[in-house]
Amino acid sequence: MSETAPRVGLFVTCLVDLFRPSIGFAAVKLLAAAGCTVAVPRAQTCCGQPAYNTGDRHDTRTLAAQVIAVFEGFDYVVAPSGSCAAMIREHYPALLADSPELAARAEALAAKTFELVSFLTDVRGMTGVEAAFEGSAAYHDACSGLRELGIHDQPRRLLATVRGLRLEELPDADVCCGFGGTFCVKYPEISDTMVTDKVERVEQAGVGTLLAGDLGCLMNMAGKLQRRGSKIQVRHVAEVLAGMTDEPAIGAGAEDGTKDRAEGGRG
Amino acid sequence: MDSSPRAFKANARAAVKDPQLKRALAHVKVGFIGKRAKAVARLPEFDALRDAARDIKVHTLDHLDLYLERYEERVTAQGGQVHWCPSAADARAAVLDICRRVGAKTVTKGKSMISEEIDLNQHLEANGITPVETDLGEYIVQLRGERPSHIIAPAVHLTKDLIEADFRAQHSHLPPERSLEEPRELVEEARGILRERFLAADVGITGANFLVAETGSSIIVTNEGNGDLTQALPRVHIVIASLEKVVPTLEDATTLLRVLARSATGQEFSTYTTVSTGPRRARDLDGPEEYHVILLDNGRSEMLAGQFRDALRCIRCGACMNHCPVYHAIGGHAYGWVYPGPIGAVLTPGLIGIEEAGDLPNASTFCGRCEAVCPVRIPLPKMMRHWREREFERHLTPRAVRAGLGLWAFLASRPELYHRVTGLAARLLAALAGRKGRLRSLPLAGGWTGVRDLPAPQGRTFHALWAARNRRAGT
Amino acid sequence: MSAGRDAIMGGLRRALKRGAEATDAAARQTVDRRLDAAARGLVPARGQIPPAAQVDLFEAMAVEQAATVTRIASLEAVPAALADYLKAANLAPKLRLAPSPELQNLPWDSQPMIEIETGPAQGSDQVSLTGAVAGVAETGTLLLASGPEAPTTLNFLPDNHVVVLKASQVVGAYEDGWDRLREIYGRGSLPRAVNLITGPSRTADIEQTIQLGAHGPRRLHILLVEDTESGNGA
Repeated sequence: MSETAPRVGLFVTCLVDLFRPSIGFAAVKLLAAAGCTVAVPRAQTCCGQPAYNTGDRHDTRTLAAQVIAVFEGFDYVVAPSGSCAAMIREHYPALLADSPELAARAEALAAKTFELVSFLTDVRGMTGVEAAFEGSAAYHDACSGLRELGIHDQPRRLLATVRGLRLEELPDADVCCGFGGTFCVKYPEISDTMVTDKVERVEQAGVGTLLAGDLGCLMNMAGKLQRRGSKIQVRHVAEVLAGMTDEPAIGAGAEDGTKDRAEGGRG
Repeated sequence: MDSSPRAFKANARAAVKDPQLKRALAHVKVGFIGKRAKAVARLPEFDALRDAARDIKVHTLDHLDLYLERYEERVTAQGGQVHWCPSAADARAAVLDICRRVGAKTVTKGKSMISEEIDLNQHLEANGITPVETDLGEYIVQLRGERPSHIIAPAVHLTKDLIEADFRAQHSHLPPERSLEEPRELVEEARGILRERFLAADVGITGANFLVAETGSSIIVTNEGNGDLTQALPRVHIVIASLEKVVPTLEDATTLLRVLARSATGQEFSTYTTVSTGPRRARDLDGPEEYHVILLDNGRSEMLAGQFRDALRCIRCGACMNHCPVYHAIGGHAYGWVYPGPIGAVLTPGLIGIEEAGDLPNASTFCGRCEAVCPVRIPLPKMMRHWREREFERHLTPRAVRAGLGLWAFLASRPELYHRVTGLAARLLAALAGRKGRLRSLPLAGGWTGVRDLPAPQGRTFHALWAARNRRAGT
Repeated sequence: MSAGRDAIMGGLRRALKRGAEATDAAARQTVDRRLDAAARGLVPARGQIPPAAQVDLFEAMAVEQAATVTRIASLEAVPAALADYLKAANLAPKLRLAPSPELQNLPWDSQPMIEIETGPAQGSDQVSLTGAVAGVAETGTLLLASGPEAPTTLNFLPDNHVVVLKASQVVGAYEDGWDRLREIYGRGSLPRAVNLITGPSRTADIEQTIQLGAHGPRRLHILLVEDTESGNGA
């Protein structure tokens, strides 16, 4: 079997790029630890999901064509996001099935595109990480990753190997947090009801930190927790797995303290 | 609450603030979800049966015209009559004709979503005929002048106290000092009242979960037995069903029945599963003298032709809405028409038009729970997305959204420009947030910041930092 | 043929892109074959247990759905068993009996206290006694079919429905029940009503709590006649 390190193209995702690059760096570190060489093509922007879910197939195809062109040369494409990975993996082929130029290329790209954590475990065979994290945490199952890509056990398995981390199972972990892209601003009251239910569950779980694999969900839940004055910290699972938790948590500022591991989390 | 899908946003806003509704809907989350999970765990073949159920429906839809032909032939051979009704108006007229011909004064009704769809009750009442809903939940909402809020549990939005108040108000002939504290007492009272109506009815109307082509039969499932009393006692039995209810054989119906009750209420099997075929036979001692089937199109053949065919697989179990977090938040009435929840979001635009029902397929996060529990594996989020595509093609999407998307797509297909713009945005928002790391409000982002803080960017984009790192490393 | 039928069929045929002779003929053949074969789909293992175990499963599942079951040694024991049931449930000794010779010819003389009328049910009937076509072990479900000896109203109007089911009538899966019906009624035809009954009437329409006795019988009692040798069903 070939020992050459697989070349991974990191699909940064638009949210990570704009809001929280530390997730991207955590992904790079984890991929390197898994024996991959990582490149980050500069000509990438967005997977096209916002257009796709609004019914704008034309713009989605334009962006999809760009993604395919930029990434098809890699051995693997990895994204620190279930929804973006699912977009490429599960939706690009159907979206471009009628394009003689792109159909086969979309299939090929889909076959080698993965969400980060499941790539580490399922493709690279990673069984543990060399990270430490003092405190308790709960994990929220982001919907696309869970239902489109089957991501459930993998993050829990890796988190179980983080020294010092007490992982509590979150009741209704698999219930939608109410983000849903444009949904949260088109139907703010419904979204608010959903995210309130979600954060109440997190608060009841009595953990210091909330984790998930999608930044959209994380920003939604963090924003709600903070609006309620909660001290629960919110991070991307990659940051904890990579042992890169020195940055302030999502939505937390320098004045909240970077190493604050508040237990209980009630604001 | 306004009974129109156009009022969805206002309805939803009111619904999420309604504490009584919230209390009532809590039963949906705990009850239905838990019971289904138990039933599924108990039957190892359940998932395989879902595949089989889907395949039966797909095959039947592919041959719907031929199966309907055979179905009609079998109905007629055993003394029944099929009335083909392209529109709701045709169906209403057909039912009224039959009722008039036999001089019907009272009509008992088993639960039928199709009868809701065609506004049958209103039509009968307007023509001097009294329809009496006999399914307890339907009876309760009929007293209130409401639509059902769930396709199998019509009164799920009501608490016991509300029902008690309605009974006291409407059953004014009964002694006011009687106790109606316990659900049992409410059920007893309804049983007594409806028993009179069953025995006095001239015509009984039921829906159909399935129509069986092999034998020309209609199948209904109930737990109360009201559907049976509705069809067995009066002189005339009318079945109202839409085209896609037909299945080929009794064996096919059986596969679907095995997943129906388990998906709906978590029961192994409904208490009463009844296969009805034609009127009473020559030597029967009871049963209706006439058996009519009102076969309704009302948009189904159009759905069959297009991208929404898969929605016609639906066997009306309600699992999708039982598991939908949006339905949990707003209940069924907010959807404004007959079919709520995920199936409502897909069917309603197909039956009354996307212009009328635009909000329904949009009010979803595509979490996918509905598809995950659908016994016939309808790809509900995909269907909702197809409706959004229709809206976009026809410029029904709000202009601001189109403009925003257009701008986003413009930038995103020009990576260097995109990186410059996002770099600026990152710096700006981070500066605005300062040491707090989040924003409590932001112009143009009221939909977000109205109810939650907006985490601020870290200050520089990943691409900028990555480029800087590579420059330092000389790569 | 009606205008409505033509309109609907036209719409369906257009939707299904009918028109080419060859493919239409192939489609017809597929449909005819499937209808004629009436092949079984996936039958759960639970419906395919050996006959010896079916009767016990039938009883367990029926009881789980709030039916009550009394095992009796023979058909002749029915009148006495029914008398016991009426006494235990504090019911008046009146019975509406299905007009089936098998039931009518039982030794009712041994229970002279019971006032028996036969025929379809009246609204005031408290207790009915009927036979059945089969008992489906899979879910403890009775299969009854309407006919001159089995008026349907007996299954629904009275408060108490008592069913005489022989162990030899117990089958594993619903499909076995359909086969029984086809033996009796031929293929493609059924009596007016085939009732699959699993326990007494119930509703959960009030705050999702189950109440028995909604509109149909409050109680379903099964007299299970052990007419087979050590449980080997016929």
